[in-house]
Amino acid sequence: MYNRLISLIRKEFIQIIRDPRTLALTFIMPVMMLFLLGYAATNDVRNIGLVVMDQDQSPSSRRLIQAYLNADYFKLSGVVFSEKELRARIDNNTARAGIIIPPGYGKTIAAGKTAQVAFILDGSDPTVASTALAAAVLIGQAHATQITSERVKKQGLSNMMLLPIDVRTQVLYNPGLVSAYYMIPALIGQILQFLATMLTATSIVRERERGTIEQLIVTPLKPWELVVGKLTPYVLISFLDTLEVLAAGVLLFRVPINGNLILLLVLSGLFLITTLGIGLLISTIANTQQEAMLTTMFTILPTIFLSGFFFPLAAMPTWLRLISYAIPLRYFLIISRGIILKGVGLSSLWGEVIALLIFAIAVMSAASLRFRKSLD
Amino acid sequence: MLELVIQTENLSKSFGKTRAVDNVNLSIHSGEIYGLVGPDGAGKTTLMRLLCGALHMDNGKATIAGYDITNQAEHARQQIGYLAQRFAMYEELTVWENLQFFAEVRGLPSKEWVQRGKEILEFVGLEEFAGRRAGQLSGGMKQKLGLASALVHRPRILLLDEPTTGVDPVTRQGFWQLIIRVVAQENVTVLISTPYMDEASRCMRLGFMRQGKIFLEGKPRDLCAKLTQQIYELQGRPLQLLRQIAAKHAAVENVQMFGGRLHLRIKRGQAKTLGRLKSEIRSAGAIVDHLKPIDPQLEDVFIALVEK
Repeated sequence: MYNRLISLIRKEFIQIIRDPRTLALTFIMPVMMLFLLGYAATNDVRNIGLVVMDQDQSPSSRRLIQAYLNADYFKLSGVVFSEKELRARIDNNTARAGIIIPPGYGKTIAAGKTAQVAFILDGSDPTVASTALAAAVLIGQAHATQITSERVKKQGLSNMMLLPIDVRTQVLYNPGLVSAYYMIPALIGQILQFLATMLTATSIVRERERGTIEQLIVTPLKPWELVVGKLTPYVLISFLDTLEVLAAGVLLFRVPINGNLILLLVLSGLFLITTLGIGLLISTIANTQQEAMLTTMFTILPTIFLSGFFFPLAAMPTWLRLISYAIPLRYFLIISRGIILKGVGLSSLWGEVIALLIFAIAVMSAASLRFRKSLD
Repeated sequence: MLELVIQTENLSKSFGKTRAVDNVNLSIHSGEIYGLVGPDGAGKTTLMRLLCGALHMDNGKATIAGYDITNQAEHARQQIGYLAQRFAMYEELTVWENLQFFAEVRGLPSKEWVQRGKEILEFVGLEEFAGRRAGQLSGGMKQKLGLASALVHRPRILLLDEPTTGVDPVTRQGFWQLIIRVVAQENVTVLISTPYMDEASRCMRLGFMRQGKIFLEGKPRDLCAKLTQQIYELQGRPLQLLRQIAAKHAAVENVQMFGGRLHLRIKRGQAKTLGRLKSEIRSAGAIVDHLKPIDPQLEDVFIALVEK
């Protein structure tokens, strides 16, 4: 038995090594995804182009503009002199936002009255627009508060009329709100899922496609030996990929690993059982490698959107959130982000761990029921 | 009394409504070369797959060297070397690695198989190619590697599913020499399916399969004798014209072309009326070299059986 298993695993490794293109892909793809997600798929909105139409041209209006440009949300993309021109700048994408300061702004302020300022936004990209909107309101209010306190000081009431509440925010775990920190732990889950499922499914289907399965079936290999022997190499590759992504995340993106690395790897192993089982299930359905690949894509793609990988679960409608409970990746993302970013231990994650355990058992049972060591 | 190494009773297997193997009873003795012949889709491959355990039977019973293939599947498989119709070695592995893999998964310790591996490679004549990847072998060499890996664990029974289909005649000849030597030297029993009648005639016994059933069984010579109609051989020029005229003749049931000759199967008791055929052909401007009764060949028997 021992010999049979070793022999099957060795055969599988020889096949993997002699197919250098696939091997290279399995190690290049994760790093590529890491770069794409780390640099491109960032939600941090900075440097929104702002056109200024200052009809007042007073020191007050220049102060307001400066207040907007001082925050790094906006950068000056130009100065215009008509509303039409401002709209044109937004239409041709040279700017995303515009501010219009009406004539008499400075005088109104000096008179102690409320002045109005118009802020125009391009809403075609909701992420950018919502950030810009929030920033515009916030900067405006802050500036208004400053003007108020200056007025109060002038009237000699100094400290008596300060603001009643001063909210000081503190962001835990990812103080810089860097997207990469959020994405890299999730990427580990995605890679464990995608690679393990696809490699398993295609490696078993390949035996069927080429007809070698018939030879394997007539050997005394037991069904579980066949499964374990075929899966072991891909478990190893998936783990190496996990370490690779972690290393790249730490070295290139300075992602802090706040929690226990060993715990993360152990729970990755638990998640891997589920994804390998899904691969095994796909292999019992698909007849060709192409079919296996498409089925994998079809299974994996929805999980990217429903697991909280890109879009926060909290923002989803209830029925979609209910569906997300059926997706193993959801639980693993909570685990990996929890361990890496928050540094939490098993005591905070046991609910997710149990969920993953149930998935692992269910998927593997279904797969072993369907996986037959015969051609019918 | 020779030992029965393959025995089946009412072995059956259906795929949906198709009865691929339908109540097959086989008794094959130790040292026999038993040939399965029959048209495509007759159930030959399914029968082989049932015997080697790649498919599960619906009904019936089968024993391999005394082991029940359902209850003692692993013991039964240990006795079998199986060469599937499609070449099924790992193309990325070398000849030697393939052999090693199939030896080891069948439980041979390395002490045993290394010696045996060399022996079997030499036997099939692939020892020079031990380091070559299986994907880079020619068709004939692939078949030899298949045979070698089917034999590496010293099975008592060899199941060969159309092993020579798509292989050139010289290689086929060589392959048969190997099979005959295996039977003699290793005391192996062979069950082989083949679409070629010249190969079928080399078997010690034949089973004709159609629609999942073995409906005729016997030694090649005895089977030929079972054909109740007479076969006439007709030779001449031009062959196409001869064929057309012969096919129209009232006494002729069937015409087959065999190389440069025609085989005419004559309706029962109507050989007398054949006399006019020669003159008919001549009056059409063709030449008859000869027209004479011959002993039926296996192919004649096969075609007559399939037509029924």
